[in-house]
Amino acid sequence: MDAILLQILNGLDKGSAYALIALGLTLIFGTLGVVNFAHGALFMIGAFCAVAMNRLLSLSFETIDPTRQDFLGNPLKVQTHYVEAWFGPEIGNAIVDWAVPVSLLLTVPIMVLVGFAMERGLIRFFYKRPHADQILVTFGLAIVIQEVIKYYFGANPIPTPAPSMFRGSFDFGVLIGFEPNAIIYPYWRLVYFCFAAVVIGAVFAFLQFTTFGMVVRAGMADRETVGLLGIDIDKRFTVMFGIAAAVAGVAGAMYAPINSPNYHMGMDFLVLSFVVVVVGGMGSLPGAVAAGFLLGVLEGIASMKEVIDLIPGINQVIIYLVAIVVLLTRPRGLMGRKGVMED
Amino acid sequence: MSKSNFTRRGLLKTGAVAGAGLAVPTIFTSSAWGFTNEPKGSTVTLGFNVPQTGAYADEGADELRAYMLAVEHLNGEGDGGMLNTFSSKALKGNGILGKKVEYVTGDTQTKSDAARASAKSMIEKDGAIMITGGSSSGVAIAVQSLCQEAGVIFMAGLTHSNDTTGKDKKRNGFRHFFNAYMSGAALGPVLGKAYGTDRKAYHLTADYTWGYTQEASMKAFTEKLGWETVATVKTPVGAGDFSSYIAPVLNSGADVLILNHYGRDMVNSLTQAIQFGLKDKVVNGKQFEIVVPLFSRLMAQGAGDAIKGILGSTNWHWSLPDEGTKAFVKSFGTKYGFPPSQAAHTCYVQTLLYADAVERAGSFNPCAVVEALEGYKFDGLGNGPTEYRADDHQCFKDVLVVRGKEQPTSKYDLLEVVEVTPRAQVEYEPDNPFFAGGELGECNPGA
Repeated sequence: MDAILLQILNGLDKGSAYALIALGLTLIFGTLGVVNFAHGALFMIGAFCAVAMNRLLSLSFETIDPTRQDFLGNPLKVQTHYVEAWFGPEIGNAIVDWAVPVSLLLTVPIMVLVGFAMERGLIRFFYKRPHADQILVTFGLAIVIQEVIKYYFGANPIPTPAPSMFRGSFDFGVLIGFEPNAIIYPYWRLVYFCFAAVVIGAVFAFLQFTTFGMVVRAGMADRETVGLLGIDIDKRFTVMFGIAAAVAGVAGAMYAPINSPNYHMGMDFLVLSFVVVVVGGMGSLPGAVAAGFLLGVLEGIASMKEVIDLIPGINQVIIYLVAIVVLLTRPRGLMGRKGVMED
Repeated sequence: MSKSNFTRRGLLKTGAVAGAGLAVPTIFTSSAWGFTNEPKGSTVTLGFNVPQTGAYADEGADELRAYMLAVEHLNGEGDGGMLNTFSSKALKGNGILGKKVEYVTGDTQTKSDAARASAKSMIEKDGAIMITGGSSSGVAIAVQSLCQEAGVIFMAGLTHSNDTTGKDKKRNGFRHFFNAYMSGAALGPVLGKAYGTDRKAYHLTADYTWGYTQEASMKAFTEKLGWETVATVKTPVGAGDFSSYIAPVLNSGADVLILNHYGRDMVNSLTQAIQFGLKDKVVNGKQFEIVVPLFSRLMAQGAGDAIKGILGSTNWHWSLPDEGTKAFVKSFGTKYGFPPSQAAHTCYVQTLLYADAVERAGSFNPCAVVEALEGYKFDGLGNGPTEYRADDHQCFKDVLVVRGKEQPTSKYDLLEVVEVTPRAQVEYEPDNPFFAGGELGECNPGA
């Protein structure tokens, strides 16, 4: 029982990431009708915003310490962070320590800009083209972004730690009467889960309770009619692309301490997120979120030793198996809307 | 009137002698008949097959730096590096057998098929006489078998699976790097000393050839200490998030986690294990410990603070005090501005060893090179006295047990050497069950 509970908890944070990416994918698909294979790359750019902020705050100046030597026997060059020099070691270190949460300030505007640039500069030329063309061009774009990031940041993962107060784990099991250490959960993953819930809630609230959101929803349901009413729906959809990019970006930035950012992390998430979208139902926002969490949890349970011993390899195929079963029984996905990708 | 001296008997005798005369060179001096990519002009081409893209691109870049340095030194440029400390004095800095060394590079992408394709292209199109490099056992085994078929020498780069010189060994292939068995043999006693003999271990293992051999070796050596293996779980390569594999570890009753992961998987699984707070837990009345059997400084950089205090093994480290290491670190550090990785060291040494074998053999013929390397004993290349064992083409030398440094002085100073395990302790018989199956076969000179 405790093992299953543990994996459910575990699946929630992975599910949070799936849900956030799938939410953005669905937003773009629902509004612009574009299948965006570069969405994983947006998640990766977000993670690298956290890396960039970490580096920015860690900018240092060099002093020579003649009493110590480097590996070649020359006097050691000692690096001191500017923030330490400006604010003193205690405050300076604390600023560097909080680089990941602080990076959200950088991530949101950068991602909105990247989103606008992507949509205006490339993707809008493919609105009327077949989905296959859209997939090809966005996949190509993803590869280009990946290679650019690799050129500047290298191929190895870059450690991007969470603030020290969130390191370590919380003994969740003791709270509900289990033995100590039975169900532990890292603090940062708890933060990530709460953060994802807030972002998802904010996106839904934005769409549900603002006039802008209402127009977008109307546009998603019937683009032509909204256009006939004299509303410039394209402009609003471009803004939604920016928002979707920002959602993927903040999801990536906050994920950086969980999985050290590397240039390939977007691709790792992309395929799974598409499965999430398909299982949830193309074009359905609640479906994307629900499927994200569902598949995250199922992936966790399938990774249990007892389950792998019973069905070897199940951990690697569970998500796809679920996708097959769902598509056979509910061809539009769990909460799919009629008419989406059916013409 | 002329009279012919030919008789039927005479003709047969003459024919037999002439036939034997023609046959002699093919039996005793096959070099007279040429071999694949025999260098004809004033240059000789080596093929450096390293990951230039993909997950191990940084490791590949370091390998390439080392190869370029080796070429410089072989051609008599730079400060000579390890040529000055190498026990063999056959290399004079005038290329190999007087021919200037040139090189071509290929991209393995850390994929077996891509690595074979790039090696094939270097052999067939560029005329490479020897292929070297790589950062994965899957790739090494694939390229080694290709080189055997093509009739060129393969000097493996970073490959740690027992199989490379075990069931998949080939006569044309040579491995300088240590292997999973040696890691287990070196780490076992240190783990016993550090963590005691009453421990329960949980293995997370990368799901491919290297992972299997690493797990089997660690399991054997820790069980020999008296440790109990609670569970062994295979994890998909490139899983990214290992939380669902790490979360059940504490609940299993284990008090040691052994991460049979390398590269990005190692960075992620170790970082996440630390996030789960495993190192801070007390289980079975003992402090919980994590072990990473194969360490790499480049990977340690990726794991950041997570590696502090973690025990593992490595083939070589730039901080070793011997003259060979010092010479290499000086050359490499002066040229590139940072110390070399173990991958760079192995690749540099492999190039020198190949060149030296050709010089000693007096021929580029792969079979002559094989003969010169088999059973060859040398020193001064950073690992102390070393032998290329004839039975399996594995180098036998001391192995380093290292620990993640608590107080690193720079981003390169991440590992401290805990123990230099002597060769005798990590050596095994050629018929050891971990290396069973497979034959070296015959050397293949190709064309």
